[in-house]
Amino acid sequence: MDYVLNLWVNLATDLYQLFLGWGLPAWGAKLIIDFVIILILVILGVLAVIVLTPMERKVIARMQDRPGPNRAWPFGLSQAFADAIKMLTKEMILPRNADRLIYTAAPILIVIPALMIYAVLPFGPQAADAELQLGATNLNVGVLYFVALGSVASIAILMAGWGSNNKFALLGAFRVVNQLIAYEVPMILSLLAVVVLTGTMATQQIVEVQSIPYLIVMPIAALTFLASAMAELNRSPFDLLEAESELVAGYQVEYGGMKFAMFYIAEYVNILSTSILFAALFLGGYKFFGLEEVAPVLAPFIVLGKAVAVFFIMLWTRGTFPRIRLDQLAGLAWKFLVPIGLVNLLLVALVVKLSANPWAQAGLLLLGNLIILAVTFLIITLVERRAKSGGAVVLSEAQNLTPAAER
Amino acid sequence: MSVQHAVFIILSAIALIGALGVVLNRRLFRSALFLVLSFVGVAGFYILLEAELLAMIQLLVYVGAIAILIIFAIMLSRQAMVADDKVLNEQWALGWLVAVLLFAALVYVLVKVNWPVVEVAVPANSIQRLGESLVNPNGFVLPFEVASVLLLVALVGAVIIAREK
Repeated sequence: MDYVLNLWVNLATDLYQLFLGWGLPAWGAKLIIDFVIILILVILGVLAVIVLTPMERKVIARMQDRPGPNRAWPFGLSQAFADAIKMLTKEMILPRNADRLIYTAAPILIVIPALMIYAVLPFGPQAADAELQLGATNLNVGVLYFVALGSVASIAILMAGWGSNNKFALLGAFRVVNQLIAYEVPMILSLLAVVVLTGTMATQQIVEVQSIPYLIVMPIAALTFLASAMAELNRSPFDLLEAESELVAGYQVEYGGMKFAMFYIAEYVNILSTSILFAALFLGGYKFFGLEEVAPVLAPFIVLGKAVAVFFIMLWTRGTFPRIRLDQLAGLAWKFLVPIGLVNLLLVALVVKLSANPWAQAGLLLLGNLIILAVTFLIITLVERRAKSGGAVVLSEAQNLTPAAER
Repeated sequence: MSVQHAVFIILSAIALIGALGVVLNRRLFRSALFLVLSFVGVAGFYILLEAELLAMIQLLVYVGAIAILIIFAIMLSRQAMVADDKVLNEQWALGWLVAVLLFAALVYVLVKVNWPVVEVAVPANSIQRLGESLVNPNGFVLPFEVASVLLLVALVGAVIIAREK
């Protein structure tokens, strides 16, 4: 029974001992185990596409009061397999004037960093002296690793946009990179708040230190992270890159078949990893009312369950809000999320300096967060009121746009 | 030859191929991409030296920001799809001279300086110690703050230059 309760670690340890028994050196056995873990993580990432796309279609359909995909057995849930087979059998196209090397390399290069992020995600409790662990590695700079690899993806997007030799693709790529760079700042600020509070950048330790989920303790950091993560992932309402009415399909317009599928896969791989990271940083990761202590075998499923819940919130947002304009997109990042993120960071630094007791810190943080939120809403209301009573600068711009479209 | 040597040779090959690609390519955009490859190779060196923080900063700042800035500049400033850029221009002799002198200086430094070898392993909490020494009055708080003020001034200056009159 004990064996089953801690199945994953025991299984890995037994395999390790088995390889040692075969006369393999310790590093060789470790290498094989690591390789197996990496393989499982990569498969998990790719499985995300097959599991999350039907969920997305069904949930969005239900929110919009329509059936969604309902032909493929059962209830349209195997539609993703049908799509995958369709993508695989499509012809490989190369636009005549495209830069062949860059055009082909871009879809490959966008998937690699997306899958590499899985290396730092924590999937279960970790004994201090354990030789083997759930998850690929416990890097000391886990959070920074996530941000750094996220920024590598924008190079691949620029390559796709430029290599296609299509002005819509290039414009789309510019838009995306503009968005990625703008939202990286609030994302780093919110991550920094967590790092300052916990005093570590290793995702595993952040989960271990977290006795109360940080979503409750510091909602501002959590919501800032969620908003900027959705923008980084190009999820609606921040999906300007594929604004069909303006840009056809953004940087992917010249891609078809499996090459397009690579972008699609990268998108969902990123969604799952970001959801898992959100779960780890703000929802307590693999912790679930002490269940992870009793049965560590369930820890990865707790993480995935929380990640799916985060994904559901993303879908909810997508089903609720219309797509925002380009200037609103930049404005939201620079004029709202960055200032509030900076204030929040100051608050966290102050609280960490004031008290070392986790409960006192939690209380002070919660109080400070509520005060910041109240002040923010006050400022927004005052600005709105002033805008209504004459000096309407922002709103008048928006009103000028609508008649032009109707004319 | 240990594993470290093999990894070092592979990383050096990546960095050098990237660097050669930058100078020998006829298309500026491809040169920029080779520059990214070179940056990634250097990040690999940092990982080999157990300086994970520097490696990540290298990726974040050089690949994620500087390379993107260069690519934007290339795309916005010339006919990017045309491959008629010459590899050599009329100042090639001067370029050779500077390159050879720089190489000679580097080799001289490499051979002459008695590089100290530290036997102690890298401490596990090196990142915490780095962070604390950056805000410690007995550490590097003054240069750190001066650098932040400099960056702030640059930021404000950029906003003022870019703002419409």
